[in-house]
Amino acid sequence: MAARTLYDKLWDDHVVRQEADGTALIYIDRHLVHEVTSPQAYEGLKVAGRKPWRVSSIVATADHNTPTRNWDKGIEDPVSRLQVETLDDNIKEWGALSYFPFLHERQGIVHVIGPENGATLPGMTVVCGDSHTSTHGALGCLAFGIGTSEVEHVLATQCLVQKKTKALQVLVEGKLGAGVTAKDIALAVIGKIGTAGGTGYSIEFAGDTIRALSVEARLTLCNMAIEAGARAGMVAVDETTIEYVKGRPLAPTGAMWDKAVAHWRTLKSDDGALFDKVVKFDAAAIEPQVTWGTSPEMVTTIGGKVPDPEKEGNLAKREGIERALKYMALKANTPITDIQIDKVFIGACTNSRIEDLRAAADVARGRKVAGNVKLAMVVPGSGLVKRQAEQEGLDKIFVAAGFEWREPGCSMCLGMNDDQLSPGERCASTSNRNFEGRQGAGGRTHLVSPAMAAAAAVAGHFVDVRSLAEVEHHG
Amino acid sequence: MDKFISREGLVAPLDRANVDTDAVIPKQFLKSIKRTGYGPNLFDEWRYLDHGEPGMDNSKRPLNPDFVLNQPRYQGAQILLARENFGCGSSREHAPWALLQYGFQAVIAPGFADIFFTNSFKNGLLLIKLDGGIVDRLFKEAAGQPGYRLAIDLAEQSVTTPGGETIKFDIEPFKKHCLMNGLDEIGLTLEHAAEIKTFETRRREQQPWLFN
Ligand code: SF4
Repeated sequence: MAARTLYDKLWDDHVVRQEADGTALIYIDRHLVHEVTSPQAYEGLKVAGRKPWRVSSIVATADHNTPTRNWDKGIEDPVSRLQVETLDDNIKEWGALSYFPFLHERQGIVHVIGPENGATLPGMTVVCGDSHTSTHGALGCLAFGIGTSEVEHVLATQCLVQKKTKALQVLVEGKLGAGVTAKDIALAVIGKIGTAGGTGYSIEFAGDTIRALSVEARLTLCNMAIEAGARAGMVAVDETTIEYVKGRPLAPTGAMWDKAVAHWRTLKSDDGALFDKVVKFDAAAIEPQVTWGTSPEMVTTIGGKVPDPEKEGNLAKREGIERALKYMALKANTPITDIQIDKVFIGACTNSRIEDLRAAADVARGRKVAGNVKLAMVVPGSGLVKRQAEQEGLDKIFVAAGFEWREPGCSMCLGMNDDQLSPGERCASTSNRNFEGRQGAGGRTHLVSPAMAAAAAVAGHFVDVRSLAEVEHHG
Repeated sequence: MDKFISREGLVAPLDRANVDTDAVIPKQFLKSIKRTGYGPNLFDEWRYLDHGEPGMDNSKRPLNPDFVLNQPRYQGAQILLARENFGCGSSREHAPWALLQYGFQAVIAPGFADIFFTNSFKNGLLLIKLDGGIVDRLFKEAAGQPGYRLAIDLAEQSVTTPGGETIKFDIEPFKKHCLMNGLDEIGLTLEHAAEIKTFETRRREQQPWLFN
């Protein structure tokens, strides 16, 4: 057989049937469900007199609407509460393999709880009515976001109608500098190829830099594949993957584990496999990144400046920059480190796992949130992350520094609950989207890594986290 | 889903690239558990001067006179002319619902984001991808000629301008077939239920750990 990419292998393994034009019916192993994109799908199912095909493929949680404090008061917003209760009702009526409802100790952001519970495993097809489903590809599975009609389609048939994408290899080689993280790689990649650069592709992140990343860092990277326009992001299975999966609640055990591992070890691109496109990066040249605009591709390094639209030759691009600068209330040529912030959000499915919180806590330890920062909040990705962080005493470090320590959920990543930016407020955020109004109408979002967000919190403006370490080191 | 019949309609030009689905329909309207009622909140943050929340009487809200869809000449528009990477971001199907419920039947752009593309076709919203240069020209024509309309013929896969120019577009045969016949894709897939069962049984034998 010809050499195949990881994407080829995952695809081939799930094709139920294929039409002459390449349209295929592919089988779905894991269906993750949350409250926002599922009610209309369950309703559609019922109206058509259909039933879920395989209930044991479903793992569900409530995350987008849930509050991050005063849990004893329940969900106060009646519209949000109805949506969460509708999910409760649907799961009660139809069933699921696992359900982590509001207030459950393992509740959390759907893309955090999937991997951490072993609900997403190498070799699976994983779908969810949420674009950041690409996250799970970090485990060597084919994971992508779908819309509500497709949620209904998967519920009813366990399959999706798909066409194969092209394959893009993002090859990152060399050693990452201190203070530079997977988030910075993701933003640097998007800065280079653009938010439509991956459209029509699935991305495999490869190279020795990626191999050296932890699974949590790979999850961060694959999370942002969708921001490059790609359908999916993925990383080949290696010992790091297998070690990560071992012992997770829903992972196989005993003889089944050995059998699974033998299969999982084949989940990598063959030598000589052909990609439709390859983009290369030198890890050592990647600096901490900060977005300045209203699209993740509008990004520069911490040492950089807000771009000058006058220098952009392409008229459409120039107008795009001008519009973004106006919305962001930024002047051309301002050094990034001169940008003062009002709020800090550490959380979201991009950066709310334990390693992210450790990195932020390392910066926060023994320091104080700057006086001009109105609110700095840390929102763990799940109940389990929260518990782990508390066992390590990270919550105390954050609270001592003046951060708020919250309950898990999507929170200010999109502000469907109370956690929002007010008009005009500027936020250093570890989330994945800096669109207009994303974190609250009129809010201004700058995407950064957890360490850079914590550094901005203590400085009151963006600052190179590496220089912060030096200041401390040299007294 | 309704059948997409060929039609001609007034064109509204939305001249910005990378229009994301958060802009098409802001998050607060995603709390609804219904499939309808999104039209009045299409492009809410651009369209109104105040902040919109679910349950508001939208007819009483102050309109932003600068927003293209609020200009008198574009009232009743059925075709949206857009720029590169339209529909990027969130997978919310509320975006095509809002476009359709506002009255749009088709969007023409040089490129669309992947999930939005799929979602739109599932709901009978026709997305037409045309070369950037052609889209540019349509933008100029639409701006220059009040009442500018385009005729879309799905069977012929063509767009015709008021000047009589006919532009061909590509569409996947399966998507075209579903659109033209208003087909329920789930029903079509379930015609292959036996094949899915066979596949599932084999998978269960080969990779039993996936079926806990
Ligand atoms: S944390 Fe943000 S990006 Fe992730 S699932 Fe929640 S809303 Fe979506």
